[in-house]
Amino acid sequence: MRTPLGWLQLRHDRGRFLVAIAGIAFADLLMFMQLGFQAALYDSNTRLDRAFRGDVVLISPKALNLQNLSTFPRRRLLQALDVPGVVDAQGLYIRTVNWRNPQTLRSATVQVLGFDPDADVLRLPEVQAQADRLKLPDTVLFDRGARGRYGEVIARLDRGEPVTSEIERRTIAVGGLFRLGASFGADATLMASDQTFLRMFPRAKAGSISIGLLTLAPGEPVAPVVRALRRHLPDDVQVLSHADYVQFEENYWRVASPVGFIFGLGTAMAFVVGVVIVYQVLSTDVNAHLQEYATFKAMGFRQRWLLLVVVEQALILAALGFIPGVLMPVWLYAVAAKATSLPIAMTLGRATTVFVLTLVMCLASGAIATRRLQAADPAELF
Amino acid sequence: MGTGAMASAIVIEGLNHHFGRGAVRRQVLFDVALEVAAGEIVLLTGPSGSGKTTLLTLIGGLRAAQGGRLRVLGRELVGATALQLTLARREHGYIFQAHNLHRSLTAAQNVRMALEMRGTLSDAEMDRRARRILESVGLGDHLDVKPDQLSGGQKQRVAVARALVGEPPLLLADEPTAALDSHSGREVVLLMQRLAREQGCTILLVTHDSRILDIADRTLSLEDGRLC
Repeated sequence: MRTPLGWLQLRHDRGRFLVAIAGIAFADLLMFMQLGFQAALYDSNTRLDRAFRGDVVLISPKALNLQNLSTFPRRRLLQALDVPGVVDAQGLYIRTVNWRNPQTLRSATVQVLGFDPDADVLRLPEVQAQADRLKLPDTVLFDRGARGRYGEVIARLDRGEPVTSEIERRTIAVGGLFRLGASFGADATLMASDQTFLRMFPRAKAGSISIGLLTLAPGEPVAPVVRALRRHLPDDVQVLSHADYVQFEENYWRVASPVGFIFGLGTAMAFVVGVVIVYQVLSTDVNAHLQEYATFKAMGFRQRWLLLVVVEQALILAALGFIPGVLMPVWLYAVAAKATSLPIAMTLGRATTVFVLTLVMCLASGAIATRRLQAADPAELF
Repeated sequence: MGTGAMASAIVIEGLNHHFGRGAVRRQVLFDVALEVAAGEIVLLTGPSGSGKTTLLTLIGGLRAAQGGRLRVLGRELVGATALQLTLARREHGYIFQAHNLHRSLTAAQNVRMALEMRGTLSDAEMDRRARRILESVGLGDHLDVKPDQLSGGQKQRVAVARALVGEPPLLLADEPTAALDSHSGREVVLLMQRLAREQGCTILLVTHDSRILDIADRTLSLEDGRLC
């Protein structure tokens, strides 16, 4: 076995070694936070979309995302039922509105969903279980995972005390709680019956809906029905499979909004910071050992062998820096999830991504640092 | 290669060497001719700037030779490629003015590196040889000590062990006693002499140190780039 020179050399200067590991861990931490927020962004913004019960989703062609869906005629639902394979069609109203936070009595933004309480349009068991309460006039359900100062409101509701608020100068009773969680697009979500929704927004037309959810006969393949619907329905409505609809929402945040780009840029910057730190450490190390490397060259070692020593060091640094670099975010994710009500957690996929990035980061820095090896001239030793 | 070339470890004819280019080009070696027989111990003396270190680096394959004839251990080094020079260097043992040991490695590891380069011996054999030669230079109880914890003389003895552990046919040394006091300097040189004699190794040693002239079979003097 060859003497693990790279490892021995790193270990020899403990101070520099620890600084290098800390630097890589820091770069990893930055990348994890950026990628974590990015994933949370996509995840939280598609959470409600994913909760819709339906095989096919109808939206307006002008729709941008869940907060900007525009509307299309409710008649399209009935027309969709003509297409073989479609067994049920439900319409949803969605609006973003200011309400008075019952706790602070200040104005806050909420997203209101209106639907037929009997129709079972959401894969949220708590909403299903409280469908009867939605049938009471001017009664809504409130999101337990909302962002903002709602702690007392939730405590009061949990104790069974009545809570009221105001939307568009109309008194609204909060009849119960469910858990969804905040997104970047909406701090909180209210569930309401279609009747309550239309009373809240007198200018909203009952015939204009934001989302249509179609249920297909059990075992019916989705793609052919989607094609049939596109042929059958006028072009004032867009037909998407549920999966494509979720992808549509995610794409908005990924591409059209600046948010995806910002986190991507943040990740790239963290990567560059890592390259600079590792390069600094490795090139200092090469410089400090230049005379020793020249000695090895004089003894007959080839340049390639010296390159391997630097590569070995780069790989060791990558592996050792990654350990604290992956453990710290686990804790910070928990802190961030608590503070932002966003779904942020460590995933195996992201850990793998960051580990690969760390390897690339260290090898790239090592490759730059090895250029200094040329300066190790054995003729200068005598 | 003829048998005559093998009997001589070093054959030099008409060797010239220049530093710099154009207007600052300066000749440091003039028509040097030298023949060293295998097993011979030759000392090279001369004032600083006389070109003796340059001559040593050319013989050692650390510097590319420019013209003339330079045959070391049967290899022609004039016109050799970088790879050929690297391979030629593997045949030589070096002892530098400074010990040039690797700070991160223990004495035994430093010595072992010279064997690892060849890559022909088993781990156990490399360890055994490193230990044995360190014992023979009187450092048997300092195997796992790093250079920082050794005295100057001890470090130079590790360097001698590293140079000779591979049993090279040629040992080149540049002022190996310069950093040592007279007692440990003489001790190191005697050690070199004893081990080289045991291995039948040729030694070319550059030195100012008049106290060690008596170990040589022959002493040459270089002045202003000319052997005299």
